[in-house]
Amino acid sequence: MLVAEQLEKSIGGKRIIHPISFKVTRGEFVTVLGPNGAGKSTLFKLLSLATQPSKGKIFINGSKATTLSSNLRKEIGVISHHTFLYDNLSALENLKFYGQAYQVCDLDKRIKEVLRFVGLQLYIHDPVRTYSRGMQQRLSIARAILHNPSILFLDEPYTGLDQHAIQILNSVLQSLNKDNRTIFMITHNYEEALTLSNRLIVLTKGKVVYDADTSGIKAEDFRRIYLELVGSEKS
Amino acid sequence: MINALKAVIWKDIIMEYKTKQMTSSMLVFSGLVIVIFGFAFELSIEVLHKVLPGMIWVAMIFSSILGLNRSFMLEKNNDCMQGMLLLPCDRTIIFLGKFCANFLFVLLTQIIIVPGFFVFFDYRFQGGLGLLVLILLVGTIGFIAIGTFLAALASNSRMSDMLLPIILFPITVPLIIAGVQSTSLIFQGQGFDAISQWFYLMLVFDVIFLVIPYMLFDYVMEV
Amino acid sequence: MNQNYLLGKRHNILGWTTFFLVCISLYMIFIVTPTDVRLGIVQKIFYFHVASAWNAFFAFFIVFLTSIMYLVKRDRKYDVIAVASAEIGVIFTTIVLTTGPIWGRSSWNAWWVWEPRLTTTLILWFIYIAYIMIRMSDMEWEKKSRLSAVFGIIGFIDVPIVFMAIRWWNTKLHPVVFGEGTDQTGGGLDTIMLYTLILSVFTFTALYFYLLQKGIAIGNMRNKVDEIKDNFKNAI
Repeated sequence: MLVAEQLEKSIGGKRIIHPISFKVTRGEFVTVLGPNGAGKSTLFKLLSLATQPSKGKIFINGSKATTLSSNLRKEIGVISHHTFLYDNLSALENLKFYGQAYQVCDLDKRIKEVLRFVGLQLYIHDPVRTYSRGMQQRLSIARAILHNPSILFLDEPYTGLDQHAIQILNSVLQSLNKDNRTIFMITHNYEEALTLSNRLIVLTKGKVVYDADTSGIKAEDFRRIYLELVGSEKS
Repeated sequence: MINALKAVIWKDIIMEYKTKQMTSSMLVFSGLVIVIFGFAFELSIEVLHKVLPGMIWVAMIFSSILGLNRSFMLEKNNDCMQGMLLLPCDRTIIFLGKFCANFLFVLLTQIIIVPGFFVFFDYRFQGGLGLLVLILLVGTIGFIAIGTFLAALASNSRMSDMLLPIILFPITVPLIIAGVQSTSLIFQGQGFDAISQWFYLMLVFDVIFLVIPYMLFDYVMEV
Repeated sequence: MNQNYLLGKRHNILGWTTFFLVCISLYMIFIVTPTDVRLGIVQKIFYFHVASAWNAFFAFFIVFLTSIMYLVKRDRKYDVIAVASAEIGVIFTTIVLTTGPIWGRSSWNAWWVWEPRLTTTLILWFIYIAYIMIRMSDMEWEKKSRLSAVFGIIGFIDVPIVFMAIRWWNTKLHPVVFGEGTDQTGGGLDTIMLYTLILSVFTFTALYFYLLQKGIAIGNMRNKVDEIKDNFKNAI
């Protein structure tokens, strides 16, 4: 589980993230929504331990986490709109690289397992540059779950995906969540967010303005609430 | 930690094996340097004797720049650098891994180019071969160490290929001087005693510019 | 030195002090000290040359210190000082590199000699330029400050090694040892010349600090303007 305690981030004297605190329990699927410039990417970088917060603490699975906590990075998987994959290498070679670096046991078996999970087992030897965008995103997921992280971070995963690819991504995310894996997603796409997640947070100008369960909320209702929250901040 | 290091080195080697981008461009460039020197200077045997050590180092330095730049450009694609920063290891492993791989590629290039110089200019090398190899190795280690580090630094800018030579060459001046001087002495048939001063300077340079980048790499890699 | 862009009373005091020092120095250099028998009035460039050289390296030392402080404390004021010092350092280094050849032409009849100190200054010039090129590249300011701080540290550590290497290289190639003294033939300095030299160094150092304060103020102003611009853009 993931705990953020009075998290703050300023760059050059400008506060991007005002003190934010929240807890994400194991197995939760949290999505953070918000307009551009709300600080979503910064929050993402803070929680995935890419950037050091100006103030505040982060705890992952009970241990204090900083950018230098190299061991805790084993618990985290990150999927971004960039794939972190090497175009000239095959899926197998890419996964072998990450698997070795993460010290995954039984690597060959695990690689076949994750590729089957994302439906790419037939393309194992093809170079990644021959993949479609949707396939690349799926391979990126395979890369992220290769070392069996307990928390998955996703940053705008739907960018550039067509309907078919979105469906596949959604089903993959749902199975991952069923596995009691914690998922923390950042996206613009609140329709998908509503379907998939069980908790929604809305971030505007570095502050949390909405944080609630998604059960029972209808899409149109949420749309209204969201536009109100986002619109009110702009005025 | 070691696993991550091996993984990074292996990944770079496989990438290079598949694309041959770095080694081929370094080889071709060095070859062109040989040709251009052939046209640029009136190379009688006396002149050659004096000028060849410098030419070898010039070729190595300028071709390495091409390779070093490419080394980090590859990581910019698909933001793979971010992927590496997520690995559960010290960030300096990335520096060490890249350094080892770059060193290997430059070494491969040198193994072909240095004899290439002798062949093209019909020069009979009569010095201590072991010493020459030693000096080239020590010099290359230093150059690639600080080169890899500064390439990582420069890769943050969009004009990285223009920036890298400007920031790398002034820093490596001691290495170039020591390398050319000791190579000259070796060509004249001198032994280790004659070059020991230069050798130790290069060694000191190597140590300093492996340790300092090791300490500062985290700062370069921050997101 | 705070993050102020308004220069206060202390700056003016420094300004006037520097002005007086410059006047006294010029008087000492041109009126009081004897003209060199062999070189004539051109020898007097020596005072400017040495004083600039001292400051060229001192300015880089300041860049080195503030780079370390910036990486540790992440306070932008260190970055502002580093930039200002680097810009002034380039100027002093350029003065050394121009006065050197002028002096060299008259005393050794050569525009350039690969003399260790002069050549090291040349490399220092290139290192400064490299530092400034990093600062001129297209990155967010935080990255720029951080990366140039790293380079400032690397550059400064390199300078002594460069000097040693050039010195050894030089003694093997040009066995003529360039001694101390105003005409570099190993003769000693007249007492009055020594005092004038020390005064010149002092004066230039005062000038350095005066320009540094101005540079810091300009740097802070620049940052403030950028901040205001950003706020403007965000408000729209």
